[in-house]
Amino acid sequence: MATTKEKTQSPTRATRVPVAIQMTGAEMVLAALRDHGVDTIFGYPGGAVLPIYDALFKQNSVRHILVRHEQAAVHAAEAYARSTGKIGCVLVTSGPGATNAVTGLVDALMDSIPILCITGQVPTHLIGNDAFQEADTTGITRPATKHNYLVKDINKLSRILHEAIYVAMAGRPGPVLIDLPKDIQFATGDYYGFDAAAEPIGHPTYKPRRDPDPAAIEQALKLLATAKRPIIYGGGGLINSGDEACRLLSELVHLSNFPCTLTLMGLGALPASDKNFIGMLGMHGLVEANYAMHDCDVMLCVGARFDDRVTGKIAAFAPGATKIHIDIDPSSINKNVRVDLPIVADAGAALKALLAGWKKMNLDAARAQHQADLAKWWRQIDGWRARKCLTYKPSASVIKPQLALERLNVHMKELKAKGKDTYITTEVGQHQMWAAQFLHFEAPKHWMTSGGLGTMGYGLPAAMGTQLAHPDALVIDVAGEASILMNIQEMSTILQYRLPVKIFILNNQWMGMVRQWQELLHGSRYSESYSEALPDFVKLAEAFGATGLRIEKPADLDAGIKRMIETPGAVMVDVMVDPKENCFPMIPSGAAHNEMLLGPDDKADPANAEDGMVLV
Amino acid sequence: MSELTERHTLSLKVDNEPGVLARVIGLFSGRGYNIESLTVAEIDKELRLSRITIVTTGTAMIIEQIKNQLDRLVPVHAVRDLTLEGSVIEREMILIKVVGEGENRTQALQLADIFRARVVDATHNSFVFEMTGSPDKLTAFVKLMQPLGLTDLSRTGIVAISRGANGF
Repeated sequence: MATTKEKTQSPTRATRVPVAIQMTGAEMVLAALRDHGVDTIFGYPGGAVLPIYDALFKQNSVRHILVRHEQAAVHAAEAYARSTGKIGCVLVTSGPGATNAVTGLVDALMDSIPILCITGQVPTHLIGNDAFQEADTTGITRPATKHNYLVKDINKLSRILHEAIYVAMAGRPGPVLIDLPKDIQFATGDYYGFDAAAEPIGHPTYKPRRDPDPAAIEQALKLLATAKRPIIYGGGGLINSGDEACRLLSELVHLSNFPCTLTLMGLGALPASDKNFIGMLGMHGLVEANYAMHDCDVMLCVGARFDDRVTGKIAAFAPGATKIHIDIDPSSINKNVRVDLPIVADAGAALKALLAGWKKMNLDAARAQHQADLAKWWRQIDGWRARKCLTYKPSASVIKPQLALERLNVHMKELKAKGKDTYITTEVGQHQMWAAQFLHFEAPKHWMTSGGLGTMGYGLPAAMGTQLAHPDALVIDVAGEASILMNIQEMSTILQYRLPVKIFILNNQWMGMVRQWQELLHGSRYSESYSEALPDFVKLAEAFGATGLRIEKPADLDAGIKRMIETPGAVMVDVMVDPKENCFPMIPSGAAHNEMLLGPDDKADPANAEDGMVLV
Repeated sequence: MSELTERHTLSLKVDNEPGVLARVIGLFSGRGYNIESLTVAEIDKELRLSRITIVTTGTAMIIEQIKNQLDRLVPVHAVRDLTLEGSVIEREMILIKVVGEGENRTQALQLADIFRARVVDATHNSFVFEMTGSPDKLTAFVKLMQPLGLTDLSRTGIVAISRGANGF
């Protein structure tokens, strides 16, 4: 770090003259992080980043969290970002450090999470020579990031650092990578400080649109004014936009009394207990949400992207609906589903404009004429709700995974009443879908799951990142016994930083979702989906220095969950659940929203099963 | 929405920085879009800007996607769909080698004259012609040269600009 931090005299932007400070490239990295308010960075050292680790050693503003695998560094940073709304930062070395981080980067890209990943690179004169631990990092990560940089000139580093953070956060957020050769880390150059209060960061040409076109907003309101069977379909864009966007969504939902469904990424944008919330939609969504999507006449999509897990068969997706799509990313519009009214804007800005227009155009009066239609629509939705699609066959002898999560949800609620927040992360598979169905999120940013990429091994490092951001909250990784093994090494990190993370493993001894698909689509040929030779998770936890618990009987669930919550420090709970349970409801691949399988007795139409088999 | 495949000429203004072409090409291969022709060269040394001209095919929905995806790339300043704008000038250059003697040689020379192709290299039994024109005209010329001893050719790919006073 430079010994003196020069401050400009004038606080106003117009008269502010940037003052260059001489420092090394490695010091610039730390200076930029500090200037942008980054307090935590997840990383793993190696030869090509040693100068940055040396600079890290000599300063106090940025805390470094030493992970045990670079993929986990990115997932932890993702969860840190998702649970705070800030940027997540990663520091890894060249070659294997960078390639290990790739899965995390793609995960962040798919789920639109702002990440700054700094990778070390071999010195510039060795680039292209197949040097030790050299990889073409910018080449490999080009399609894995929103943007990336290879810095070959120390005097460009200052600008690139500020720009990279801007690009990661602006518009649709995403991961940005800076590949920094070792000689550039050692080189000395001019650093231009950044003062967030005094100047907006930016990019000369990359300026995503935030504010909606007023004409489009007016058109949208006209459609909403006369809708008979409206639905609001919200997604992760609401969470990314921020708490204000979620508050505005609630306001619109209540003003209109429209039903609202949320995607996996959007859970928490509207409180789960809200009477207008009709549950998650999609492949394992609720009947009421999917049927309402299918039968609606006006669909207002806010910050969601018509993902194939949501739409099912495109040709049969909401066939009678006039679709309005609000998205900050123009390339998300008309990608999978052709919409009638695209609105390129930030979710919050668009909702604000819709609410202002609603009042200005006096939509309350217009809607009053359609009260009867809306009431009829709600009766229809309540009819679907009455089918109670999440019902499962209870058992007194074996723990149903749904029951385990229902009980966990009860404990979460009790804690909330006492003022303690719970954050949930998940791995990927059946347990993830059950968690989405049975755990209720009352606020945004409390649910961290790998949606787009579906990365097994996400949950444990994500719980780590979340706990670091919220030291006093309860953080639970809802896991499966297969997924948890994918990043199990992070138990070491959790113990090193004394993170009281709880790991709630729904152990069914199968890669459950794979087994379910094999049962439904591949004639019950369970090819390689059995979890053979599992470790004893209680002993495994103890070996890492954590507490291990096992719950085997439904009657022991409450006491076990309570013990997990009350035991200080990291706790791993091995919940032995019904190995044969499948996740319902389910829209088989290639089927429409109204062709859901509701339970084990429902059989997929063989024609669809054939079509579905080739899909994912 | 029409499912008919359309051919569009897109013009991109991009930062002339390492990797920008890889970004554009990677987008096309990664998302399964077609490239029929692609040309790139620097157009402003001071501002370090390049122009990329891409001829692509796809349904109207795909073409719209391609443009939005290109526009999203950080070093891309602007994307213009010259085909959609209506009046576009498209030009391509070709170098074509014709080997032969006697009647064929004379005929090749006569046809080159009709097509306003220039002879840029000649030996006793070969010519290299240079010709600029619309891609269709070039293709017609190639077809005529085939029976006359065409042995090698090199085409630049299409460069394009809009008609009228408006610039990028």
